[in-house]
Amino acid sequence: MDILVANSTLLIGMAVVFGLFMAWGIGANDVANAMGTSVGSGALTFKQAVIIAAVFECAGAVLAGGEVTKTIRKGIVDVTSLGDTPELLVYGMLASLLAAGIWLLVATRMGWPVSTTHSIVGAIVGFGAVGIGMEAVQWTKVGTIAMSWVTSPLMAGAIAFALFRSIQKLIIDTEEPLEKARKYVPYYIFMVGFIMAMVTLLKGLKHVGVNLPFEQNLLYATMVGIIIALIGTSMIKRLKFSKKEDKDFHYTNMEKIFGVLMIFTAIAMAFAHGSNDVANAIGPVAAVYGIVSSAGEIVAKSATPVWILLLGGVGIVLGLATYGHKVIATVGSGISELTPSRGFAATLAAATTVVVASGTGLPISTTHTLVGAVIGVGLARGIGALNIGVIQTIFLSWIVTLPAGALLSILFFFTFKGAFS
Amino acid sequence: MVRRSPISNVFAGSPVKPLQDHIEKVHDCVKKLVPFFKAVIEKNYDQVAVLQNQIHKLEVEADDLKHELRLHLPNSLFMPMPRERILDIVTIQDQIANKAKYVATVVNGRKMVIPDVIAELMVAYVECCVAASRQAKRVVNELDELVEVGFRGREVSSVEEMINDLDNIEYEADKLEQQINSALFAIEKELDPIDAMFLYQIVHAVGEVADIAQRVGARLELLLAR
Repeated sequence: MDILVANSTLLIGMAVVFGLFMAWGIGANDVANAMGTSVGSGALTFKQAVIIAAVFECAGAVLAGGEVTKTIRKGIVDVTSLGDTPELLVYGMLASLLAAGIWLLVATRMGWPVSTTHSIVGAIVGFGAVGIGMEAVQWTKVGTIAMSWVTSPLMAGAIAFALFRSIQKLIIDTEEPLEKARKYVPYYIFMVGFIMAMVTLLKGLKHVGVNLPFEQNLLYATMVGIIIALIGTSMIKRLKFSKKEDKDFHYTNMEKIFGVLMIFTAIAMAFAHGSNDVANAIGPVAAVYGIVSSAGEIVAKSATPVWILLLGGVGIVLGLATYGHKVIATVGSGISELTPSRGFAATLAAATTVVVASGTGLPISTTHTLVGAVIGVGLARGIGALNIGVIQTIFLSWIVTLPAGALLSILFFFTFKGAFS
Repeated sequence: MVRRSPISNVFAGSPVKPLQDHIEKVHDCVKKLVPFFKAVIEKNYDQVAVLQNQIHKLEVEADDLKHELRLHLPNSLFMPMPRERILDIVTIQDQIANKAKYVATVVNGRKMVIPDVIAELMVAYVECCVAASRQAKRVVNELDELVEVGFRGREVSSVEEMINDLDNIEYEADKLEQQINSALFAIEKELDPIDAMFLYQIVHAVGEVADIAQRVGARLELLLAR
């Protein structure tokens, strides 16, 4: 206990630095995956993507990131089992941050496929099981998280398939695709706004101190949906169409309307990504801060302070500004096969899955979810060619990342433990 | 420090554009047969040699595109159309250009003369066969639209119609071939026997341009029937 009081500034300082580093890494690398489909389909310019990412990743982290942060903080390692040695959790969380951060850095250097989410979860489970004890890890919760890594890409794939088939039926395969797009796309825009608002209102806002009855949430979400749909409709009205552009590729004008829709799905994606992945960086920071600031009392019912959520947001923006813009350009240019109609189906499916996972407090991989969604569109015969070998790489990244994160975090855990006592 | 992203890795190069580029090149090669035969009829053999050279060059370029496409189509890809069928189509497309090159090489090499009786028919016939190749190109150019609609519905029927038109053009070419053959038969005794032999051969080879173009359409039809 005395250790915590004596070193409180140092410990919190370390947590903030490590957390910022992780958030920077997420901003530099992972955000690019979330925004890549929007840039690749030509719906957003690269500059617009960076601005949208900066604003809505932050918004997602602050408004809807609370549940996943809570899971990372106290859902994986049972904090009540620590008894009178709360400093172990502090060391463990610091070790996890450092382990995940270093592992990501090394793997990226070597060109190995890694996932931020998997690194941090592996690290926390690692120090929990070895440093504290097998019984300290809430294995059922870990099992649920691991399951969600399989189910989230599948769910995104199924939604993407259904969404794409629906636009095929309603819009693309009709006499006048352009007219139908004008008619139906606002409804899809409404859907984007509604889903995002609903999940945020239901699950996210209580962490910033807002708690409303369900009916009121429904009303507000509908209002948000309508407002966004109206904005979208006016944007569609301002588009210019010409018959000439359809000569070479008959769906050029129709795709322009989907381009508008894609702007909103890109925003949803940035928001969803912020709500899920930022927690990987700030969950451990929140845990450290919670214990140290209460001088060792493990307060079971403490909300994540907003400044910590903001810290994650700032870290991401820093990552974007220093490095992420280059990565977005690289990833975006690699995806030239995607037209806005497909991009929309894949991105909305992924964003919905991720934001629902965020609401349930499950840390999942946005990238893997998006890959699942893209394959879903491919199964509807909507994409020229997909490289299915990627699925193998994804499985490989789990097998490599989980033990690597765990081993490193165990190493750092014992180092910190030795250094501070 | 750019991390390899599974997102950009999942997208492989679609074979549609390369396939369209290939038939574009093939048709560029084939359509030279029209000025080529006009020059032959005018007995302007300098021009014939120049055009033969151009046809040869375009055929080589089409070959390069074919190899490129094959090399970039590993069998780990997931596509809305079977890989074998794409490889099949590019091979057949390439044969159209090969046939055009063969015709140009033989005609130029032997400095062949088209008898006046069949000159007019011959121009119509070559134009008809080139039209078949053009129609095949149009059909292949609908492939990106087919991917856009996911190989379903209206677009499919419009492509089927185009393939139907291609069949009709080939039928026209067949009729012209018969007319030329009977006109040739009427005068063959007056011709040098070997020249006559080669004339029949060339007439047949030109017809094959339309035949093979029709086969491209038939293979594409198989993509629709799923």
